[in-house]
Amino acid sequence: MSLRSGRKHTLSILVENKPGVLTRIAGLFARRGFNIDTLTVGPTDDERISRITLTLDGALHPIDQVVKQLHKLINVLKIRDLEPTDTVARELAMFKVAVDGAQRAEVMQICEIFRGKVVDVTKRSLVLEVTGTTDKIEAFERMVRPFGLVEMMRTGEIAISRGRGET
Amino acid sequence: MRAVDAVMECLKAEGVEVVFGYPGGANLPTYDAFVDAGIRHVLVRHEQGGGHAASGYARATGKVGVCLATSGPGATNLVTAITDAMMDSTPVVFITGQVRTELLGTDGFQEADTLGITMPIVKHSFMIQHPLEIPRAIHEAFHIARTGRPGPVVIDIPQDLSRAEIDYEPVTDVHLPGYQPTTEGNQKQIRQAAKALASARRPVIYAGGGVINANAAEELCALARADRFPVTCTLMGLGAFPAPDPQWLGMLGMHGTRAANYAIDEADLICCIGARFDDRVTGKLSEFAPRAKFIHIDIDPAEISKNVPAHIPIVGDAKNILTKLVAEYRALEPDRSRLEEWWQRIETWRERHPLAYEDSADTEIKPQFLIQALYEATGGDAIVCSDVGQHQMWAAQYYHFDKPRRWINSGGLGTMGYGLPAAMGAAVGCPDQTVVCITGDGSVQMNVQELATCAEDGIPIKVFIMNNGYLGMVRQWQELFWDRRYSHVDMGRFPDFLKLAEAYGATGMRFTDKTTLVDDIRAALATDGPVMVDVRVTAEENVYPMIAPGAPARDMVG
Ligand SMILES: Cc1ncc(C[n+]2csc(CCOP(=O)(O)OP(=O)(O)O)c2C)c(N)n1
Repeated sequence: MSLRSGRKHTLSILVENKPGVLTRIAGLFARRGFNIDTLTVGPTDDERISRITLTLDGALHPIDQVVKQLHKLINVLKIRDLEPTDTVARELAMFKVAVDGAQRAEVMQICEIFRGKVVDVTKRSLVLEVTGTTDKIEAFERMVRPFGLVEMMRTGEIAISRGRGET
Repeated sequence: MRAVDAVMECLKAEGVEVVFGYPGGANLPTYDAFVDAGIRHVLVRHEQGGGHAASGYARATGKVGVCLATSGPGATNLVTAITDAMMDSTPVVFITGQVRTELLGTDGFQEADTLGITMPIVKHSFMIQHPLEIPRAIHEAFHIARTGRPGPVVIDIPQDLSRAEIDYEPVTDVHLPGYQPTTEGNQKQIRQAAKALASARRPVIYAGGGVINANAAEELCALARADRFPVTCTLMGLGAFPAPDPQWLGMLGMHGTRAANYAIDEADLICCIGARFDDRVTGKLSEFAPRAKFIHIDIDPAEISKNVPAHIPIVGDAKNILTKLVAEYRALEPDRSRLEEWWQRIETWRERHPLAYEDSADTEIKPQFLIQALYEATGGDAIVCSDVGQHQMWAAQYYHFDKPRRWINSGGLGTMGYGLPAAMGAAVGCPDQTVVCITGDGSVQMNVQELATCAEDGIPIKVFIMNNGYLGMVRQWQELFWDRRYSHVDMGRFPDFLKLAEAYGATGMRFTDKTTLVDDIRAALATDGPVMVDVRVTAEENVYPMIAPGAPARDMVG
């Protein structure tokens, strides 16, 4: 019954760094039929605490219900539904493109425009690394796909709030 | 001292009087500690029974129930009881043994991933990784189980850690940074709720098990009487408001009264307290209370606007909030006569559609009559535990609960096999009260082994089997919605419950005659020790009225 917002949401979740916490969160999503788009977990500056950044589609899920259910987990310390305008969000992606000869230069040029890096070169392939917003990474993918995209890896988003306050 | 001796110290510090449990290799150290601990231990016959007994104990007493099991099969046998406690917000701490740490993850003998299996069905759980963590985990578990929205907590302790030596220091503070239930209730919202109630012309109070958990029955009455607010309760809320009260509409929902369901249907304001708009209450959700605004009072913020949008949400402890709400309401001095018309309408429904059934002309016992006879014989003053099925609904309809913690049944999960062990737990917790179990010939067979526990421990529950020879509720659905194609619901008249009772060391009885039933029941109640009675009732009787599944509440049948 809770309202669906329609937009993509980035939840920043501080959790106690204890075994099983990620399982509890993933399990909660599975059980309640909420679909996770991306999920990243990493340490914070406090070793007792980890941060989970989780994105999901607000058109599919009542976000406030998701947030309330997450809050019920005892190991969850804090949740923020990050406002896109107040947030800096980044993803890292790597693309393996099957190119040789003339096409290679073209792909490398595109990569430069996107401020990506070439991290591996062989006679028949390139591995490119790009960081940026999800939009940018998707745009980059559209550009290089026609050259012969072998595979792509994305980390999922991490995000931090702008300004002085803590996320 | 050994970590397990510390476990006993912690249990004592938490005020635990009794533990329901079952031993095995992985919790042998804990069982060794029982020898000297001075805590009562009830040896159940099946871990599921132990879990339900702990739940019955918790529900009857308001304290935290404790259940112990070994690893692997012991722990997996708890799954139903844990889920049941979760669905009905019952505070129970489950302590399970686990294989030695060196065996963890090797598919060792009697290893099961207890934490993983139970994760979706607990309020919280602990896997002990160091013996020093044990005392704190136990106190945190009790704190989590009993506060906020109560629920089950699991503590899994590997065998080697439980026998380790630790320097035990009593834990005096529990600090959980991620767990701070809101108890107070926002004053502005409370004032708003009071105003809404004061201007409502067709208000209804809809109370659930949360009122009982919060020990807020008195405050609920105070709110109801602050004006002439009509009150209905959910199955879990029965007893939160006295059934004989003129403001009582009866239970609402699938087998609720017409007065309650029609009132909800026409209400302009519903004040829901400690209930969660379950589908068995709302019927077709999109047509539930179409004209109403909702005040929703709940300790669990996630319940608010989960199923219906709350116009005035108030998160917190019901006792707190109701006290403040009554004060705010009184200060408004609303015009009491505005409810006249509403009551006239309600009275018409009550007169036209009372709960009723056609009684038999001869000696045959109608199931509804059995409940009425039980009510009469107990003076309405028993703790009534029930199983799941038609008998449960008839008990809810015809045993008029006037106090909280007198009605113990499995509402959320609908667990057959709950009643008998829950009654056992309730009787252990309330030794001075009459505890009866109303069950079916199907349900009782799901945990009847606990009769042995009752006989052994002298737990004097009185079990009344409403024996209709059928899985009655399922038969009713097949009759009404599956064209009378009765598929696998015929239980015959087996087993011989009289002999079964005796085999377990209890007294067995059989009642077949309505004309002597009240006296027969009195005789059963007066018999020492556990008694199991086979009451032969009409085979094909249906529970009415009824909202067909998925239909709107106003379309009641029967
Ligand atoms: C463990 C479990 N299995 C199956 C069901 C489905 N079910 C609900 S009511 C019912 C019939 C109960 O029969 P009985 O205990 O004889 O009670 P009656 O309805 O006849 O009063 C069944 C099978 C259930 N609720 N619980």
